[in-house]
Amino acid sequence: MADTYYNPKDLRKFGKITEWSEELGTKFFDYYGKVFEEGALSAREKSLIALAVSHVVKCPYCIDAYTKDGLQKGVTKEEMMEAVHVGAAIESGATLVHGVQMMNKYDKLSM
Amino acid sequence: MATKSLKAKGNELAQSNRQLDILNGGVFADGELPYFKDKINEIGHFPLRPKKLEILQINVGYMCNQVCEHCHVDAGPDRKEIMTRETMQQCLAVIKNTGAHTLDLTGGAPEMNPDFEWFVEEAAKAGIKDFIVRSNLTIIRANKKYYHLPDFFKKHNVHVISSMPHYTRGKTDKQRGDGVFDKSIKALQELNARGYGMPGSDLRLDLVYNPSGAYLPGDQMAMEKDFKKALDEDFGIQFHNLFAITNLPIARFLDYLIASENYEDYMYALVEAYNPSAVANVMCTNTISISWDGWLYDCDFNQMLDLKVASKVKHIKDYNEDLLNDRNIIISQHCYGCTAGAGSSCQGTVA
Repeated sequence: MADTYYNPKDLRKFGKITEWSEELGTKFFDYYGKVFEEGALSAREKSLIALAVSHVVKCPYCIDAYTKDGLQKGVTKEEMMEAVHVGAAIESGATLVHGVQMMNKYDKLSM
Repeated sequence: MATKSLKAKGNELAQSNRQLDILNGGVFADGELPYFKDKINEIGHFPLRPKKLEILQINVGYMCNQVCEHCHVDAGPDRKEIMTRETMQQCLAVIKNTGAHTLDLTGGAPEMNPDFEWFVEEAAKAGIKDFIVRSNLTIIRANKKYYHLPDFFKKHNVHVISSMPHYTRGKTDKQRGDGVFDKSIKALQELNARGYGMPGSDLRLDLVYNPSGAYLPGDQMAMEKDFKKALDEDFGIQFHNLFAITNLPIARFLDYLIASENYEDYMYALVEAYNPSAVANVMCTNTISISWDGWLYDCDFNQMLDLKVASKVKHIKDYNEDLLNDRNIIISQHCYGCTAGAGSSCQGTVA
């Protein structure tokens, strides 16, 4: 066994997920592939969304994959970093907005 | 940023046999990745055979005014190999008699060969229909002696294909050298001013995009759309098509892959992206590549690896189309670069 939880080489093996459950794995990859096709949003825009989400869900495999994908699509480093800030803003906003719940509870419990 | 060629630096990768050792060894020799030969054998394309010859690609010299990070030719100002007029005359004799309709001049910077213009004029007289010059653009603005090149190209209806790594300054200069972006923009505007690249114009101006690093090019159509929008909005520049070309693991790009510890991942990416439907149309099937000293190769990449054609005819002076058409194309693991994704050739995607 590897002595770390993440191994970059494991990303190459992602497709092997289907080996232990072909039907579900195949359905996932079909869906995944369809999601990233050019649609109402361009593949380039989807790549930037994926990069932002990768950071929010803190998936190192996804960060590797969508940094590379962005480079392949001609995305600049400035665009990439802005996307990460969007993810970070939503993530911190999501934490902060719960402050309202705290404030509500505080007010309710306080005389 | 590279400043000297691998050859001038005495780098071992300047030797073709060292490059071939790497391409045939490592993850391929270990059996982790399949040899290209085995992959194309699965679909009945081994040995790879030529189709009708359409393009003569002539490399008129390795001399260049730039030292690009990814250059598979290892070209630069310190490279002195250039085609002599005698070899050009041998090429012209072939041009007059061959069935090939396209002459594709490359380098280095082909314009730096002192006999370049003479050769273009003589080849035009010989009746070449599609005349391509692979210009790095900056040469047009490098020195006053080259300022007239846009007019010269127009006079002979030369199809200009120019390298442009990105529509932003930072990425372009990082790959090709400081100031390259601004000079390239100026050169493109000069070509546009003569009608090159304008909608509906017969003066063809296409751009070539190579990724600036260890990744494959994205979708050619999408990249073209982005390039057209950005270059038009920012600089008022027009061009016809963008050709997306995959970097092949040869010479300086191979050196970069190894030094940056990206070689193995890159080869995995190439093999993963292998597209069987690209095999039938790879450029070596309709092209002969001729080196500055007249030797014949299946493609420009094989030329850099010194893999001469597998034929009795190996030099332009002995050229015989029938004999050449009856040959097996020489392949190695770098060929995965031409069959990755939508495929890659000097004319862009092939599948």
